[in-house]
Amino acid sequence: MSERVISVAILAALIGAAFFGKLADEPYIITLATKVAILGLAGVGLNFAIGSGGMVSFGHAAYFGVGGYVTGILASTALNYEVLTSWPIEISGTTQMLIHWPIAIALSAGLALLIGAMSLRTSGVYFIMITLAFAQMIYYFAISWPSYGGEDGLPIYVRSDFPGLNTLDPISFFGVACGLLLAVLWGVARLMRSPFGLALEAVRQNPARVTAMGLGQYRVQLTAFVISGAITGLAGALYADLNRFVSPSMLSWATSGEIMIFVILGGVGRLAGPVAGAALFIILEQILGGWTEHWQFFLGVMLIVVVLYARGGIVGTLAGRRRYG
Amino acid sequence: MILLAEQILNGLQLGVMLFLMAAGLTLVFGVMGLINLAHGSLYMVGAFACAAVATATGSFWLGLMASLIAAAAAGAIIEIVVIRRLYDRDHLDQVLATFALILVFSEGVRWAFGSFPLYLDVPDALAGTVTLPGGIVYPMFRLFIILVGGALAIGLGLLISHTRLGMRIRAGENDREMIAALGVNIRTLYTIVFALGAALAGLAGALVGPIQSVQVGMGEPVLILAFVVIVIGGIGSIKGAFVGALLVGLTDTLGRILLPVAFGWFLDPSAATTVGASLASMSIYLLMAGVLLFRPRGLFGGAT
Repeated sequence: MSERVISVAILAALIGAAFFGKLADEPYIITLATKVAILGLAGVGLNFAIGSGGMVSFGHAAYFGVGGYVTGILASTALNYEVLTSWPIEISGTTQMLIHWPIAIALSAGLALLIGAMSLRTSGVYFIMITLAFAQMIYYFAISWPSYGGEDGLPIYVRSDFPGLNTLDPISFFGVACGLLLAVLWGVARLMRSPFGLALEAVRQNPARVTAMGLGQYRVQLTAFVISGAITGLAGALYADLNRFVSPSMLSWATSGEIMIFVILGGVGRLAGPVAGAALFIILEQILGGWTEHWQFFLGVMLIVVVLYARGGIVGTLAGRRRYG
Repeated sequence: MILLAEQILNGLQLGVMLFLMAAGLTLVFGVMGLINLAHGSLYMVGAFACAAVATATGSFWLGLMASLIAAAAAGAIIEIVVIRRLYDRDHLDQVLATFALILVFSEGVRWAFGSFPLYLDVPDALAGTVTLPGGIVYPMFRLFIILVGGALAIGLGLLISHTRLGMRIRAGENDREMIAALGVNIRTLYTIVFALGAALAGLAGALVGPIQSVQVGMGEPVLILAFVVIVIGGIGSIKGAFVGALLVGLTDTLGRILLPVAFGWFLDPSAATTVGASLASMSIYLLMAGVLLFRPRGLFGGAT
């Protein structure tokens, strides 16, 4: 099977699951499908850094959490009729998703620019540890800063609004999340075929050659890192609305690890891989979690087996062909 | 002034603990090229082994022995079963597999011991305080940790520079094919290095047991601090790990005391405490960023 067919099948299965939930009147299934779409989107962001850019970031929880806190802070201040700041001009919160998203994207992209600019001075294992350490810095900051809930997190009492839709209806919110996922996947696919995408691919495969051709490796990778962080930040903004709650745990290193699991389970560098990975993870969580409270033990064992023996993830196994580089 | 001296000692104590963690990480990375996220789990295993044995026998010293044995054994087992297969893989596979090991260890320990924290008592011989020159009254147990950590740092330095095992470790860092060709059993050497690092981590966990509570998930915050330490010191360098550990320990401890005071000079007290505390929790990461700005390979890292 070609990768394109598999990608379409994965997305069709996701949408099919949500509609099955609607027809069978099982809103829980729709919510799970929404969760897959949102976490898959976060994974698509990380996959852009790891799979396309060859940058193993272990700190993507930072962008995910920043996106989440944008929604959380804006929505909760609006719902409590407070102002965000009264100086230099008065800014109040809002419950409009269409305002949350650009701010979440801008702030997570800005953070990714800062962290990426410092981390990309290094490579390999240094890069992994440094991205992890910076994400941890944001995490500790969120815990020790008391204004927005601190360690306890910040509830959002009503899900944010999207023009023309009742977002509290599960299938409508699924539509919003899935629509964004499809739009981002389309954008990433186009980007990878653009001159920038080809340059990025070249940097991953042979940095020395790219430098010799006069392309700046650092700038190409930094741009990709910023795009990657922005996508994951957008997913974080949606995730806050899904749970109607944000807490520092969105920023924790375990979240970085989970997003990375989606990418690797699905297949590194595969377009729709993270969606398949997130789906498998959530299905496992449901099945194993219903069977034993120690499901993470078995998850860990399965992951080890996957890493050692089933390289290439779901999409890689189905496509039966290794990617180049 | 006395408060400051006390905090410097606390910083040293945190520093030597971090060194025990970072030494294993940096050795394993230097010799085998492996990034091991599960190192924090070995720290936890050591703490739990110590707490369990100390509670059962009533002797902290037996617990300390148990922590060394349990952590070294756990290290050797995961090296043989899982880690050994990861040396030739890229870092991404290593990260995921060792992350999975964390899940297995954390959930396994929770299964065996439950979710409630265990408590370890300071042994009688080390309970109480000592008065140091200058009139500083300091808990004896914390001083003991500093001394043990310092002695182990010297011991490890001698082991690496003056013994046959140390010579092989250094040779393994430089050229693993060559020392394999010279007849050294490289697989056994790797297992020994890994178990040695694990034992140090387990000992660190057991030593902090009486100061903090022993609970699932205690290892990961320390692991991340140890990462910061070896990034600052330079990956693969024991000397770098030692210097980095002391720098991080002192920065973290002193930052928490001094930053709120410093902000108190120009902010009102409650704001100063908030801003100071938030900034203090970020201080070691800012230190790391500063070091990287000038030395991307860390203070003692080689050029590669």
